[in-house]
Parts: sequence; structure tokens; C-alpha cells
Amino acid sequence: MNSGWSRFNISSIVLGFAFLYLPIVLLIIFSFNESKLVTVWGGFSTKWYGSLFNNQGLMDAAWVTARVGVISATVATVLGTMAALTLTRYTRFRGRILFSGMVFAPLVMPEVVTGLSLLLLFVAIGLDRGFLTVTLAHITFSMCFVAVVVQSRLVSFDRSLEEAAMDLGAPPVKTFFQITLPVIAPAIVSGWMLAFTLSLDDLVIASFASGPGATTLPMKIYSQVRLGVTPEINAACTLMIGVVAVGVIAASLINKRREIQRQRDEQAAQRA
Amino acid sequence: MKSLGSIRREFAPWNDPSATPYIVFENVTKRFGDFTAVNNLSLSIYEKEFFALLGASGCGKSTLLRMLAGFDEPTSGRILLDGQDMRGIPPYRRPVNMMFQSYALFPHMTVEANIGFGLKQEGMPRAQIEQRVAEMLKLVKLEQFSKRKPHQLSGGQRQRVALARSVAKRPKVLLLDEPLGALDKKLREETQFELMDLQQSLGLTFVVVTHDQEEAMTMADRIAILDKGEVMQVATPAEVYEAPISRFVAGFVGNVNMFEGTVAARDDDSVRITGASGAEIVVGNAGEAAAGNAVAFAIRPEKIRVSSRRPEGAANAMEGEVYDLAYLGDMTIYHVRLDDGQVVKASALNSSRAVEEALSWNDRAWISFPPDAGVVLTR
Amino acid sequence: MSNLAASADTMNIDAAAARPLASRFLSGLVSRLVIIVPYLWLLVFFLVPFIIVFKISLSQTAIAMPPYVPAFSLEDGISGFFSQLGQMSIDNYLWLTEDALYFNAYVSSIVIAGISTLLTLLVGYPIAYGMARAPANLRPTLLMLVILPFWTSFLIRVYAWIGILKPEGLLNQFLQAIGIIDDPLLIMNTNTAIYIGIVYSYLPFMILPLYAALEKMDYSLIEAAQDLGCPPISAFWKITFPLSLPGVIAGCMLVFIPAVGEFVIPDLLGGSQTLMIGKTLWNEFFNNRDWPVSSAVAVILLLLLIVPIMIFQAAQARAQEQSR
Repeated sequence: MNSGWSRFNISSIVLGFAFLYLPIVLLIIFSFNESKLVTVWGGFSTKWYGSLFNNQGLMDAAWVTARVGVISATVATVLGTMAALTLTRYTRFRGRILFSGMVFAPLVMPEVVTGLSLLLLFVAIGLDRGFLTVTLAHITFSMCFVAVVVQSRLVSFDRSLEEAAMDLGAPPVKTFFQITLPVIAPAIVSGWMLAFTLSLDDLVIASFASGPGATTLPMKIYSQVRLGVTPEINAACTLMIGVVAVGVIAASLINKRREIQRQRDEQAAQRA
Repeated sequence: MKSLGSIRREFAPWNDPSATPYIVFENVTKRFGDFTAVNNLSLSIYEKEFFALLGASGCGKSTLLRMLAGFDEPTSGRILLDGQDMRGIPPYRRPVNMMFQSYALFPHMTVEANIGFGLKQEGMPRAQIEQRVAEMLKLVKLEQFSKRKPHQLSGGQRQRVALARSVAKRPKVLLLDEPLGALDKKLREETQFELMDLQQSLGLTFVVVTHDQEEAMTMADRIAILDKGEVMQVATPAEVYEAPISRFVAGFVGNVNMFEGTVAARDDDSVRITGASGAEIVVGNAGEAAAGNAVAFAIRPEKIRVSSRRPEGAANAMEGEVYDLAYLGDMTIYHVRLDDGQVVKASALNSSRAVEEALSWNDRAWISFPPDAGVVLTR
Repeated sequence: MSNLAASADTMNIDAAAARPLASRFLSGLVSRLVIIVPYLWLLVFFLVPFIIVFKISLSQTAIAMPPYVPAFSLEDGISGFFSQLGQMSIDNYLWLTEDALYFNAYVSSIVIAGISTLLTLLVGYPIAYGMARAPANLRPTLLMLVILPFWTSFLIRVYAWIGILKPEGLLNQFLQAIGIIDDPLLIMNTNTAIYIGIVYSYLPFMILPLYAALEKMDYSLIEAAQDLGCPPISAFWKITFPLSLPGVIAGCMLVFIPAVGEFVIPDLLGGSQTLMIGKTLWNEFFNNRDWPVSSAVAVILLLLLIVPIMIFQAAQARAQEQSR
């Protein structure tokens, strides 16, 4: 009764996490299946990983996805950070309401609508669909996510740090790069990671915005899935999950270690 | 023992052997994992008493209150309320109500709904609830705030809503967890007296948890001083102050000077204590101290006189040097370093505007006190 | 002499003042750029495309590339604009009302999204509640475990369910092995599969706002309610649930809004009979190549979502206000 952490709470968490993770775990297990049938276990094998690396189409798609992801995440991070600065720092300029509307709307926009509208734009301005258009599309929707992440950090940013820097003689631009940027860097990094994963993840918008020669990995996987479930796809999915999981876990471990170190330093400082 | 002052001297059921206590803690122990919050504690509280649990944070006082309210169950031992064992009775079926330290006002309900919440649980008819709520609002002088939400109130107003809510059900016992902790100093002093009036007029039993000794001294009939989950002393405020039973209690409540020494001789009630440096103190009320005991002599600063010459006929007098002094207006506090190195605090009431022989820093000075000005502590 | 010195002094002051002026101009330029660049980007790649969608939804279909006859274009200037106003048609919208297919698709999208949202709430609430009541040192780990699936591909997570829900899939194998059923359950290609897919994919979106609302709630409120005579279950409905309502609204909107326009889940898990508007738009565009109609479908979809989006925004604004 005291903490409220009852058997009911524990079992709902255990069941909930089982629901969240079981499908992914099964998917990974069956990527090591000897049999061609995805759902019948025929012994352990890594042959699908071998055939995956020999599948030129998938490899090309992975390379396209990686490049689109890195470029779009980087540009989106710069633009999103600027948008976040605009939202938090410049409270009065003409068209601010329109601006904040445009930043927040893509977060809840159905993907089919965003994809369709971007495609119609590219057609209207006569831009050939391909690598460039996918990248532009991904920058546009992921910059809004970056803006939200960075903005939430900027809101809690202590402005007196900047005022102190300027008081000590640093001009505004220098103050931004030497004070503000280092302080909000963790939010910018997680914004980049979010943008990268969104780009890696996206099927619908890419399907609209892409053209010949710029098939992304989700598009490739989707077209193969429609033909049927194969262990090769399981292997490809396992690798994608692995890459993302390693990235996310590493980032959170680094964060945690830094936090523990900071606490230890603070305790040491207080004892001294 | 000579009678010591009390606010309501006529109300003292604890001195009446025929009176039955209303709340009894019987060998109560509470452990959280390895940590023992309350250790084999026994305590009796009487009906209509204003009882204070005083101690530093982590002494187990809040745990005691929470066990009484039913949020925690004792690991062992019993809690009796009006003769009934409370084990296994959930908080929502106990005839006690609690005023929370955080006030715990329901943020989505108006002041009215907050106060009426407990009555609604009882299934009281609506008209009656309205009447009782109005009565409560009047009691805490918040009539015009009935439709407000908690976040539209000041700290002091929230405190009064919390109070009204916890007394609305007319509980047998009201538990108050640091009731004045979140208020500023001035408001706290005013509210202390309001709480006392309320307790008197409603005739309730109050059990209040506090870490503020002044608050406990002002309000309570009796105080239990707790340390590390154990009761150090239960007594009236005056007894706690003037007749502490241990070094801990003497040091915990108010300022005190301690002289460590050995009882050299005992003669009736009076003893001679010899300090490490050879200084001697004669004490009239020695309690249980016997010759050869290692004891402490505890004396409050205001019981010590400071003078520039040796006072004539003083039972105890020691010489030293004024090491520090602070003029506070109503009184002056002297720190006198005795020749054996001990620093003694003494306070003198500035009862006249001009001081005849003003003492200053580094002046030679004498401290003196009569034989019954302090107590001998064996523990 | 003294005049000279004085003028030299003023010159020095001017020089000193000029430098901050230049840097102030620079920083003014930079701050203007900080606003202008993302502003222009969003105008070009977000707002303008919507205007184009709206415009094309008013155009006539044509067998050409692009497959529509423009209703009006800016090149003709103001007079051209007015002359072309007459060519604008709402035929595509009328078409949507005439063909029951579209109406049914909208309705069933909203119904499916609504049922899925409710199911997600039912599944997510106990999890979020359990997390909020967990020991404080465990909570960050639990939170990370909820967020982690969100970082893995949406497509992959939906794909994983195909192997489970198929007639010869793992769920049926398991249920048959333990003897609960004899004949395989037909879940794949039904609405049930869509519900499972949406609940599964969007569960983190429901849990996170719920957890945020429940976690910051002061547990002493529950104790106070119990102290005043309220049994635990009734305390939940009178205190905990109303106070978590902002989280409930935010979570439901975060699930409902994208679920209405969902494409991947109905396409991979739902059957051919399942109508959802995202899938209809996709088919209209890629299979029928009817750009004007699919644009009109998109415009109506947005209109439908305006209300939930506004509810969501209002809830967010209120939450921000309260945290202040």
C-alpha cells in the first residue's frame, strides 16, 4: 500500500513489455532459421545473412538509405535548430503564428498527405524525382522533429549565461557558438539521431518523393514483403534493428555515465 | 520534584493512573529493508491531548504518523486506537484524518469539493455536506474562496483548506504532518495559535509531527522527543526544557551549557561535581546520581549570571574572559571562556536601558548560578 | 591644442563605437538569417505543396504527364487568374460524395482508428501506471525500454506481425500446440489484425504522455483520498484518472491522428476488403494515377483531422501553462 508498486503493476509492466518485444525477438530468432519457411524452425543457420550481402538490390538500397539519412539528418539538424531558436528567441516578428504552425503541423500530418503534396511540388517545379527529392522531403519533415527536441531544451536554458558572456565582452554570434551551442549540444545530438532514424524508417513519403535509381531500403523491403515473407528480409530487419539498438543504447549509456560522473564530482566537491 | 510550569495545568490525564490512553503504541517496530525507522517504541496519547512528535528528519516521527493513519503497517508490535487493534484496517476505514505536509489538495477540485470530499465518501446527504462545508469554510475564514481551485490560493490559504478538509469529518484524531512547515515565519506564529484554538474548540486529539522545537513547545500539551526511531523523553514542554532526562534531550531542545564531571559526594539531594580541570559545582537537585558517577551538569544560558566581579554568596562561581558578545536588544548573549578553556553561553535580559558595569570583549568576568539552576544528567 | 585633443578623443570614441555597430549589424543579419532560412524552407516545402494539392484537387483529370489540366497558373497574371476561375471545378469533390467507396473509406478509417485508440489506451494505461509507481531508480530504464521499439523501423515492426498472425503463423502454431484451438484462427487480413498492428505500433505514443502525467502526480493525493474514506479503486477514478486526463487526451490524439491516415498497417495486415483512407489515396495515386481525385481525398482527410489536431494543440497548450 505504501509505494503502490503492487503485483498488478508489476504484471502489467511485464505483460506490456512482452507484447512490445516478443514480435521483434521472434523476428530476430527466425532470421537464423535454416528453413525457407519463416515460421517453421529448421535449425540454426546464418545463410540468409550471406545471401543478404549478395543481394545487390538490397545493398544498393541500403547505401541510398544511408546517404539520404546522413545528409537529410545533418541539414535537418541545422534548419531545425534555427527554427527552434526562432521559436524561443524571437517572440515578435511578422508571420510568427504561421511559422510555428508550419513547424508543428508536419508532426501530426498523415504521411500520405505530406508525401503527395511534396511529389506534386516536385512535379510542378519540374524537378526530376530521385535522390535529391527524397533527401529534400526527409529534411522537411525531420527538421520539425529536431526543432521540437531542441526547443524543449532551449526553453529551460538559462539566458543569464549568454548575458554573462556578453557582459564579459563576447559579441552575440560568438556567444552563441561558445556558450549556447555547447550547452544545448546534447539536444542537438539527439535531434540528429531522431532525424536519422526517421529517415531510415520512412516508407510512405519516400515512395512518393523518390524516383528511379533512388530506391530506399524500406521501399525495397516493402516491395519484397508484398511478395511474401522471407528469412532474408528477417535478416535485413535484424541488421537494421541491431544498428539502431546499438546506437541508442550506446548513447544512453554515455549519457548515464556522464550523469553519474557529474553526481560523483558534485558529491566530492561538497565533501571538500 | 518541584512543579514546573504548564500552559493548561489542570489538563494532565497522563498523571492520572486511572485514565486510559486513547492511542497506544505497543512495542512498535517498523523496518524498511535494512533500515529500522521505528525501534520497539511504546507511547501513550490521551483523548483531547495536543501531542507533538519532535525530532530531526529521519528520526521516525513521520513513520509513526503514517502507521497511525494506516499508510504503513508496523513490522511488529501493536497500535491501539480507543482500545481497538488497528492492524489490517485500511486508511479509508480509520477514524483518523491527516493533514499532509504537502497539503495534498486535489488540484482538479474546488475548495468546496476538497473540503466535502471526505463527507461524500461517508455518504452524507448533499444538504448536510453543504452545511458542514460552509461551517468549515467559516471556521478557517475562507468563505469567499469556496469556488476557487487550489492553485488560485496563497500558501496560507491552502494550509487552511487542508486543515478544514481534515477536520470536516470530525475525526477522533487529527494527524498533522509538519502543518506549518511551508509557511513563512510570521504566518507560522499566527497559525500556531489558530491551531491551538481549533483544537480546544473542537475538542479533538491532535498528533502533530514537527522538527521545529519552538512550534512543539508553543502548541503541545506533551512532547515526545524521538531519535533514531526511539523515544528519548515524553513530557510537557516545561519539563522537557527544565528537566531533560538525558544529554541528548538537553542538547536538542534550546541552548544549553554542559559541564562533564564526576560526582564527588552526595548529601541528601545535593551533590558536588568535580570537573576534569578540578572545578567544582554544587547542585541541589541531583536526581539519581550517586557518588562516583560520571555525569553532566546541564544549565540553560538564561540561568547564568555574568558579572565583572566575583558575586558574593554565590553557590557556584567561575572566572573567565568575555570571548564574544552579541547585543540583541531585548537581551545580550555572552560567550565566556573559563580559565579551564570551556566556553559558557550566558544570556542577560536587558531589563533596564543603561547597564551599570558594561562588559566588553576580552574583559575578565565571573559567571555564577544557584545550586538548583540546572540538572544533573546521568544518561 | 585642447580642441585638437578633444576632437582626437571624439574620433577615438567614434572608432570604438563603430566596431560594436558593425558587429551589431552582423548579428542583426545573422539573427535575420536564423529566422528567414527555416521560414523559407517550410514555405517552399510545406505550405506551397499544400496550396498545390488544393489547386490540383480543383483540376480536371487528363491522360498526360502530369495527368491533370491545371485549373489556373500564376504565369497568366491576375487577368488569367480570373479567366481561369471559371475553369475551376469541384467535380472531384462531387465525385467523392457520389462514390460510396470514399465515404465508406473515411468512415471506416475513423472507426478503425477510434477502436484502435481505445484499445491502445486500455493496454497502455496499466503499463504507464505501473511505470509511474515503479521505484524511482527503475523508471529511467523502463522509460528507455518503452522508447527503444520506437527507434526501430515501423515497417519492420508491422512486418514482424505477419509471421505471427498468418494462418500457419506462430500464434496459431502455439495455440494449436497447447490445445486451445484445433483450426487456425483467421486473424491475418482482417480488421483485428489492423487493431493489433496499430496498438502495437503506436503503444509508445500512448504510454509516454500517460506516464508523464501519472509520474508527476503527487502520491500523497491518493493517500489523502484514502485517509478521507475513499477505497483505492474509487480513489483511482476520483483522483488519479481525472488528473491524468491531459495525458489521456494527448496520448489518444497522438494515436488517433496518424492512425486515421495510416497506410502501411492496413496494407500489410488488413485484407483487401479493409478500406482505409490512406490506402485509398495511395491506390488512387499509384494505381489509378488519378492525381486530382487523390488530392481531393487528401484535402478532405486534412479537414477531418483539423478537429482532433486542435484538441491536441489545446491540450498541449494547457499542459504547458500548468507546468509553468
